[in-house]
Amino acid sequence: MAQKMTGAEMVLKALADQGVEHVFGYPGGAVLPIYDELFQQDKVEHILVRQEGGAVHAAEGYARSTGKVGVVLVTSGPGATNAVTGLTDALMDSIPVVCITGQVPTHLIGNDAFQECDTVGITRPCTKHNWLIKDVNDVARIMHEAFYVARSGRPGPVVVDIPKDIQFATGNYVGPANIQHKTYRPKMKPEQTAVREAVEMLAAAKKPIFYTGGGVINSGPKASKLLRELARLTGFPVTSTLMGLGAFPASERQWLGMLGMHGTYEANMAMHDCDVMFCVGARFDDRITGRLDAFSPNSKKIHIDIDPSSINKNVHVDLPIIGDVAYVLEDMLRVWKSKAPQVDKPALKAWWKEIDGWRARKSLKYKQSGDVIMPQYAVERLYELTKDRDPYITTEVGQHQMWAAQYFHFEEPNRWMTSGGLGTMGYGLPAAIGAQKAHPNSLVIDIAGDASILMNIQECSTALQYRLPVKVFILNNQYMGMVRQWQQLLHGNRLSHSYTEALPDFVKLAEAYGWKGMICHKAGELDDAILEMIDTPEPVIFDCRVAALANCFPMIPSGKAHNDMILGDEVEGEDIGGVIGEGGKVLV
Amino acid sequence: MAQAQKQSHYPNQTAHEAIEQRTLSVIVDNEPGVLARVIGLFSGRGYNIDSLTVTETEHEKHISRITIVTIGTPMVIEQIKHQLERLVPVHRVEDLTLNGEPLERELALIKVQGKGEKRIESLRLAEIYHAKVIDASVEHFVFEMTGRAREIEQFLTMMGELGLVEVARTGIAAMARGKADV
Repeated sequence: MAQKMTGAEMVLKALADQGVEHVFGYPGGAVLPIYDELFQQDKVEHILVRQEGGAVHAAEGYARSTGKVGVVLVTSGPGATNAVTGLTDALMDSIPVVCITGQVPTHLIGNDAFQECDTVGITRPCTKHNWLIKDVNDVARIMHEAFYVARSGRPGPVVVDIPKDIQFATGNYVGPANIQHKTYRPKMKPEQTAVREAVEMLAAAKKPIFYTGGGVINSGPKASKLLRELARLTGFPVTSTLMGLGAFPASERQWLGMLGMHGTYEANMAMHDCDVMFCVGARFDDRITGRLDAFSPNSKKIHIDIDPSSINKNVHVDLPIIGDVAYVLEDMLRVWKSKAPQVDKPALKAWWKEIDGWRARKSLKYKQSGDVIMPQYAVERLYELTKDRDPYITTEVGQHQMWAAQYFHFEEPNRWMTSGGLGTMGYGLPAAIGAQKAHPNSLVIDIAGDASILMNIQECSTALQYRLPVKVFILNNQYMGMVRQWQQLLHGNRLSHSYTEALPDFVKLAEAYGWKGMICHKAGELDDAILEMIDTPEPVIFDCRVAALANCFPMIPSGKAHNDMILGDEVEGEDIGGVIGEGGKVLV
Repeated sequence: MAQAQKQSHYPNQTAHEAIEQRTLSVIVDNEPGVLARVIGLFSGRGYNIDSLTVTETEHEKHISRITIVTIGTPMVIEQIKHQLERLVPVHRVEDLTLNGEPLERELALIKVQGKGEKRIESLRLAEIYHAKVIDASVEHFVFEMTGRAREIEQFLTMMGELGLVEVARTGIAAMARGKADV
């Protein structure tokens, strides 16, 4: 039954048995035995990144666009520490990642050996769980447990640290079927009393809202399907967090757009004024709630979450339901259908009328005139010209990310990869590479900023090596736009170090990496240029020069409630600092 | 401070609830790093530890029991419990304070130096508090005392006036009253 093999062989065997097809990694001294095994097999394909941080983000993009576990292989010391940002990112956004790190031989641990670091110590707070393997006979069990922990319950990153002598040693391999975890059993199915109560609360609502999040995506495509079904059955309005975009189709009339700090007016107003809030797989993050004591003050709140620690963390909820979104929604649908409750139609009609009033405010309106490309216009055109190709979109972090969330619209889950919780600049390019590897024939675009893209620009080299035709669409305003916007709003427009003095020539940079480089300055030339980019079979960096000082609106300012937003057209031109100074210090 | 808060986009703290003390029993797999996970959780998330004890209690199953005395608002205490339960090697978390005051005991070793009247007084008080002498010379005693943390505090306050030079305490071991187990 048990097979004899080396630790390194076991790692590859375990990966294959777990159905892994792709591993993102970078070799080094302490993982050479595993790399040697990689070389001698063909079940698992290895994608060589250019920095370990890129490997984790690529695995995240791969995982988020497929629903599978992303796998990373890096060496000890700097290999492991470079992975830390990506691991933290995956933890914050609940992305399943298994990261295998090499370690110095067991007898050298603690000796400050070459490329040694306390990997399990460093990664303890930024993983769901981690292991240091000290016995070759534990390799198979721990590898299988690692996959189980990463993908079960609330998904997250795990680290398996394997000393080099363990990789060389010989021991017994066991398959995944023989492994059962001792303690970790996340609760998937909800309490039925809570499900029935939730249905009653929803049915009695006069001003309901669905507030959905990344948990719907993590639960799988079935959860999105069930969410759509329940939304259609009830006719209630739906909004979503940044992480949940795509779970509900943006083309539906019930869709209010994203909520939160840069959410739409109608979504935030509806959140504030609702009487029943149905939170599905979201976590009441501070970018969502704004001022806590003024957050949706008159609503009863239902909260579905697989992680009990998300319940009542920031906001008190009236009805918590612990369980996987798909299981809970399935049960709720069944109860709803069997009871066929009478909803308060006149009240709902009045509620929709109110919502349509907020919608009419057109909070995402902006002015595009003349040659200068407004960043919103750029994203809008990119959306219009690519939407029929079912594209996968990743982003970096900053203004461009918010504009992408506002102006690019998603019809399906797993199409939108962004760093939400941690806000990691440099996420988008490697994540696009991961998504492109998983979907080789799809259009994958990283909507980027000129500052963020430089944080992992080295991954251009990876894309070329594996012939991954990702498109990097840079909204280039020569500033760290979001930093500049906050300095303008909150720090007297003193633009401390938010201007990038010496940006590279992105066209030449693209060409240096063997990519195609494009630049566009004029609004009138944008459409043709975008079409040319899409039709290019190679990877492309598209340097889209946009208005330098545009701000991202609408915005819930500091310490304010959902019904206290700044809208773009209230602040004429770019002099927001001044306008706000007189406006009762709304902002500062 | 007010100015600083106004310039932040993070929401201000709005809830001001009363702070409570709780005693938690955390049943964990005794595997390497498990205590670091528990302690790291407390420091990383800004929770308080008033007392902490840990030892393997079921050897054949490799199960340890960690007893933590912590303080926080009811919302924070709930969070602490759920965050602990999220740790993979944690079997379960019991709030011993939930059904009335739990049984709590602590052991202290207390070294007192002195001569003459003070020395006699310290011995007399030790008898009242059921502290045992486990080491002595003509100029010192080492007392061993078991009791509730409060009683040990009282005894230490008095010894402070009688030549207290050193204290070692174990932290609290606790158990719920009644026949039910955790």
